[in-house]
Amino acid sequence: MRRQARWGWLFVSPWLLGFLVFTAGPMLASLFLSFHVYDLHSMRYVGAENYRRLFTVDPVFLKSLRITVVYALLAVPLGVAGSLALAVLLNQRVRGLPLFRTLFYLPSLVPSVATGIVWQWVFNTDNGALNQGLGLLGVPPIAWLQDERWTLPAFVLMSLWGVGGTRMIIFLAGLQGIPESLTEAAALDGATPWRRFRNVTLPLLSPVLFFNVVMGVIGAFQIFATAYVMTGGGPNDASRFYALYLFQTAFEQFKLGKASAMAWVLFLILMAITGLQFYGSRRWVYYEKAGT
Amino acid sequence: MRNRVPQIVTFALLVLGALAFCVPFLWTVSASLKTASEYHAAPERLWPERPTLGNFAKAWTALPFNLFVRNTSFVTALCTVGQALSSSLVAYGFSRFEFKGRDLLFGSLLASMMLPGQVTQIPVFMIWRELHAIDTFVPLVLPSFLGGAFNVFLLRQFLLNVPRELDEAAMVDGAGPVRIWWSVLMPVMGPALATVAVFTFLGEWQSFDGPLIYLNSPERYTVAIGLRMFQDTFGGDFEQVMAATLIHIVPTIVVFFLAQRYFIRGIATSGLGGR
Repeated sequence: MRRQARWGWLFVSPWLLGFLVFTAGPMLASLFLSFHVYDLHSMRYVGAENYRRLFTVDPVFLKSLRITVVYALLAVPLGVAGSLALAVLLNQRVRGLPLFRTLFYLPSLVPSVATGIVWQWVFNTDNGALNQGLGLLGVPPIAWLQDERWTLPAFVLMSLWGVGGTRMIIFLAGLQGIPESLTEAAALDGATPWRRFRNVTLPLLSPVLFFNVVMGVIGAFQIFATAYVMTGGGPNDASRFYALYLFQTAFEQFKLGKASAMAWVLFLILMAITGLQFYGSRRWVYYEKAGT
Repeated sequence: MRNRVPQIVTFALLVLGALAFCVPFLWTVSASLKTASEYHAAPERLWPERPTLGNFAKAWTALPFNLFVRNTSFVTALCTVGQALSSSLVAYGFSRFEFKGRDLLFGSLLASMMLPGQVTQIPVFMIWRELHAIDTFVPLVLPSFLGGAFNVFLLRQFLLNVPRELDEAAMVDGAGPVRIWWSVLMPVMGPALATVAVFTFLGEWQSFDGPLIYLNSPERYTVAIGLRMFQDTFGGDFEQVMAATLIHIVPTIVVFFLAQRYFIRGIATSGLGGR
């Protein structure tokens, strides 16, 4: 038994080493840094000053936090609903399912820098696809990335290009795991398609839905590369998302203490949201009692 | 007779959706095949009259894209090998051995997947700076040899379904744990390792934050950073930017098509995280 344990530790040791050196250690180090002013050359203890200043004297931070929250509030529900809807459509035994699945999946394969560059054109005021399409409907051109009222909706819209990605495949796998006998039984009892979806499919899918929502929120809070490429944060900070502002604070201004405080605020926010979701999940997530 | 209307509506919705999703792709390809004069011609044609590959040639030489591709391939290949070796080893440890604290460790591994990278980014940068590894590939490659949380999870799930009789038979033949990992389980894990390799390839090929933070000299740039530089420098030559963008996109799509089977299966497994 002791030998068993020794081998076990030995085999997991690469991960454990990486975890300690690149995850656990740095987490504590960034907490430490967040109470200091540090620019790679000199370090000075300032107590909670970094945190205090973020919330009192840095209007860019507050705006960055606000637009990121709004972005998540829009992009996550729309994105999750879109992925679920696509998965349900694809699960209807339609002709050419593999082709459709591939077509819907492709956008999420596009690297984020490339996505940013391509969508810069989609949002182009004069000859972008979106304004040309809207023009056919008689809508006057919108300066998506130049008019700060439209920047956030533009980013949400762009995020929806990815609804056919990983999340949809996970939903589809979940849907395919639901025994048909259950929905058929409900149909025999006279349940409408909507009621069958609402009362049979959705509860059985709830663990997957929960997983997708939790990961979706975490992902939305970290939107970075597309904003970096498309707008650099503008206009008027309307797309200076949290992770972008954090990156610029750390690696362009080299205010590493302040950036560490921002990182911890992000971490605490995500912990709180995730914790709340786990707490709330007891009311709506249905776990099958499986044999495993 | 069953009502066929819902099926037709479903099909129509899917076709419309697929078309909308494809527009940005089609336009990117179309623009990359146009000459500058054709691109700026009004009214703009949907598809170039005489498609040309000239933009690819120009983009490829305007910045050293062959170098960027080589750098990215180097980093990607090392990371893929590193992940396959280390993650399978760690997954073996988690799935086949009993030891105190194992479940706590595995819980930490799962939790670390939800940790936003920003929380560790700055101290990790300081570590590499201390080690004089800035502007080298080391910070991008070395962590891959220490197991990736998601890959370990994936391979462990796979190993839990591999009968232990296999290990035991090898043990009777006198094989030690290392031999069992390498000669018995590695071959069995083939499909799962393929999944790990595909995910690692895609992740590294498009990785942006890491190269942006760690690489300073253009001769070490990866394609993602090189493309960003290209956009910065030649942003006005839009048809060339589109060609450069395609240089970045196409390999991911090719790999996806070659390895679609492993890919879809791997993603479906990741959904098990919800269970």
